[in-house]
Amino acid sequence: MDQIVSGGGSPARSGGLLYSGNDWNFQIIRDCYDAIEEIATRELGLEIYTNRVEIITSEQMLDVYTAHGMPVGYKHWSFGKRFIGHENAYRRGLMGLAYEVVINSDPCISYLMEENSATMQALVIAHAAFGHNHFFRNNRLFREWTDPSDILDYLEFARGYIARCEERHGLRAVERVLDAAHALQNQGVNRHSGARKLDLKAEQQRAKERRAYEDSVFNDLWRTLPTEAGDAAGTAEGAHARRLLGLPEENLLYFLEKNAPRLAPWEREIIRIVRMIAQYFYPQPQVKMMNEGCATWVHVYIMRRLHELGRIDDAAYLEVIHSTSNVISQPGFDAGGGASFNPYALGYAMMTDIVRICTEPTAEDREWFPDIAGNGDAIGTLRHAWAEYRDESFIQQFLSPKVIRDFRMFRLSDDTAQPYLLVDAIHDEAGYRDIRRSLARVYDPGTFYTEIEIVDVDLLGDRTLKLEHRTRAGQLLQAGDARQTLDYLASLWGYGVVLQEVDAQTGSVLATHSAGPS
Amino acid sequence: MDIIDRRPNPHGKNLENRRRVLQRARSAVQTAVRDAVARGRIREVGQGNAVSVPSDSLHEPSLHRVFSEGVREIVLTGNREFSRGDRLQRPPAGAGGQGSGAGQAGESGGGEDSFRFVLSRDEFLDLFFDDLELPDLLKREISTTENGVPARSGLSNEGAPSHLDLGRTMRRSIARRLGLGRPKPAELQEVEERIAELEALRPASAEDLEELEGLRERRGTLRQRLARIPWVDPVDLRFRRYTIMPQPATRAVMFCIMDVSGSMTERMKDLAKQFFLLLHVFLERRYKKVEIVFIRHAESAEEVDEDAFFHDPRTGGTIVSSALELMHTIQRERFPSANWNIYVAQASDGDNASSDTARTASLLRDDILPAVQYYAYIEITGSGAVIRGETDLWRSYRAIADENDHLAIRQVGDRKEIFPVFRDLFSRQHHSAEA
Repeated sequence: MDQIVSGGGSPARSGGLLYSGNDWNFQIIRDCYDAIEEIATRELGLEIYTNRVEIITSEQMLDVYTAHGMPVGYKHWSFGKRFIGHENAYRRGLMGLAYEVVINSDPCISYLMEENSATMQALVIAHAAFGHNHFFRNNRLFREWTDPSDILDYLEFARGYIARCEERHGLRAVERVLDAAHALQNQGVNRHSGARKLDLKAEQQRAKERRAYEDSVFNDLWRTLPTEAGDAAGTAEGAHARRLLGLPEENLLYFLEKNAPRLAPWEREIIRIVRMIAQYFYPQPQVKMMNEGCATWVHVYIMRRLHELGRIDDAAYLEVIHSTSNVISQPGFDAGGGASFNPYALGYAMMTDIVRICTEPTAEDREWFPDIAGNGDAIGTLRHAWAEYRDESFIQQFLSPKVIRDFRMFRLSDDTAQPYLLVDAIHDEAGYRDIRRSLARVYDPGTFYTEIEIVDVDLLGDRTLKLEHRTRAGQLLQAGDARQTLDYLASLWGYGVVLQEVDAQTGSVLATHSAGPS
Repeated sequence: MDIIDRRPNPHGKNLENRRRVLQRARSAVQTAVRDAVARGRIREVGQGNAVSVPSDSLHEPSLHRVFSEGVREIVLTGNREFSRGDRLQRPPAGAGGQGSGAGQAGESGGGEDSFRFVLSRDEFLDLFFDDLELPDLLKREISTTENGVPARSGLSNEGAPSHLDLGRTMRRSIARRLGLGRPKPAELQEVEERIAELEALRPASAEDLEELEGLRERRGTLRQRLARIPWVDPVDLRFRRYTIMPQPATRAVMFCIMDVSGSMTERMKDLAKQFFLLLHVFLERRYKKVEIVFIRHAESAEEVDEDAFFHDPRTGGTIVSSALELMHTIQRERFPSANWNIYVAQASDGDNASSDTARTASLLRDDILPAVQYYAYIEITGSGAVIRGETDLWRSYRAIADENDHLAIRQVGDRKEIFPVFRDLFSRQHHSAEA
């Protein structure tokens, strides 16, 4: 990839060394940032949100991990659990801390560890503040599903709201709702319709109105009535009401927030908060490989250019190479430590390969990628891919035979009816397409999310909520977890809950889970 | 671009969350802590205390699929020798997700089996001693032997310059100057300037001369007052006063007495050790300074160090009174009961030379019990010295225990029973019944 044609604009200027040695200070960071920015915008044409770089200690990095990188978060024991887990792993040396964490917000905040050397700070700025930042801003999934300008304010609002609820209603009551909502948060996103933009003012306004309403209708007499009263309502309009409920509904938390009969207004608001945050994080796993690949490719490009322009010395560049090759190593399936793909390695390899195809294609590339082979616009092609694809479609579209060969990929067919595993495709002419298809499927959200829908509510009877999981035999829900989660669901719904697992092809019921009202 | 240095920000954002985890898993953690102790790892109590709790208590369920049967395809990297159509042996069941590709981690069901906490020493002990309390914790004597700590105690009007309370001194100075009407230096200066001005006038009119006269007089008064009323007077001075507060520190000594005669097996010694260690941990928590004296005895008693106490084998007959005598002597010489809280823990299999039992009982009743805070005797069952269900020693101790609340006796048969016995001995209920 040494012959990359730059993507428009004049090449960055050269200049003296930015720094030498390992120590950094704020001026060095600023200088590096300026030099990197010049390359990123002039040569790569990256478009980014305004950057904010924050220097933190390793202890603070652990905090950042716990909150998915978000600088503020409400209090819940599950975050403490995650924190203790990370802390243990870190203390025992099982886990190194990342050099940086970057979050999808506007301004885009990158956290840099104080322990990093000057070279690592520069690398990390190129990686996070430009690579990830460009990806966050331009990828279709993020553009459609998240609103980075409001997220920080919304989190602040969420923390304040939940803290106030804890004061008014007690820790236990709030924890009950949060526990249940957390269990359901994977079923708390709209997968198909896109997210509406967050509007902080409207959120706060609604919270206030809910509270005011609660206060205005407060009558101590009601408290003395038995809570079971008022069940007699649902009669003939059952079917009509079901239509009004908008069933079937895939977003369980949304349904509960709007329709659960026994929730107090503040409980609905907490469910909404969990749902909003889950929705915000929804795109991330779907583009993880591309996002990391993009950031890695960008930092490799930028650091190489800095070296070529004489802005960093050989020692620093060796450190870059060393660190990068650690990040993009892909252990073989038998190397221990799991057999999964390293998203950095695959993403970086594919993007490097796209550059190769664009600039010096082989006959094979011309056959496989007639539209981009030799088009001479490597960076434009990459920018297009970063903007318009997610992991699944990116693999489907761009995984080349060369990358398959380089990784020496092969496919196993695991049929539980057979006593053996069958190697049914390897990196040869006959196997490329099979491997590509199977690998893309691993990244298909349809395979890693469990799609469960609310299909009916027994409005005329005991208000039992009916859910359906469309699947196939051998791919059922983990039963113990399913039961516990349904308990949570039932506690929010207030009445019984039944979940049927239905074969998507034949329609036969494979399993049934249920939970009663608590 | 902004660079923000977050390093000085408050740390420990997650302390509250961490506390909530402990709260939620409290019962599980408590069980784990007690298990850790029961498994004889009490020695580690002082160091890092990691306990593992079953993850059920902190499990976060979710709806997720697991693959159990049918056909699936797995893409892997790093092929070296396989070609299409090769059949591979399935990895043995239970080998986890080996060779099974990504996304199968949930297959074993619950994810991780246990969750590891690193507890601080205080957290560990708090959980461990949750509802235990030593009897009669009224201190025998609040000894002031530990260094006194200076504590603020108001103000005084004398003291070292370094203790000067500048704010209060100046406040008083201002009040005094205002009250006594000390002229401001600026006022004097003004008058002097005017005088100089008038003196410079030539020829001077009569009015000017008159004014000059008045001003000179005024200047005299001002100068006088300025000189007489000092800016800061010794009466203004206020000093921070410190008094040396005695730091209430209590000292305790714990005597460990153990029979190491031939009849005590390794198992019995081990049980005794558990008991001593527990007592030690507990005392250490209560008192700033806990001395331990190890006395072992067979036919004769001697004071030894901890290692010899637990590990050095001895054989021979048993004369319990020798140990009590030695203990009494050491106590009188080195740990006068006026200054020390004295605890005694004795472990034995109940075996004693029959001629010695009466002497032991009288030593205990007349000399030792009056001096000590608490005397715990545990008898490890399973020896041959049992007559009609109880040993000689046990019978005579029981008679004394009936009369003395601060002698507690228990029988222990198994490692598991150590902790309940300990709880029993020192439970709050015991304490309140006594009080």
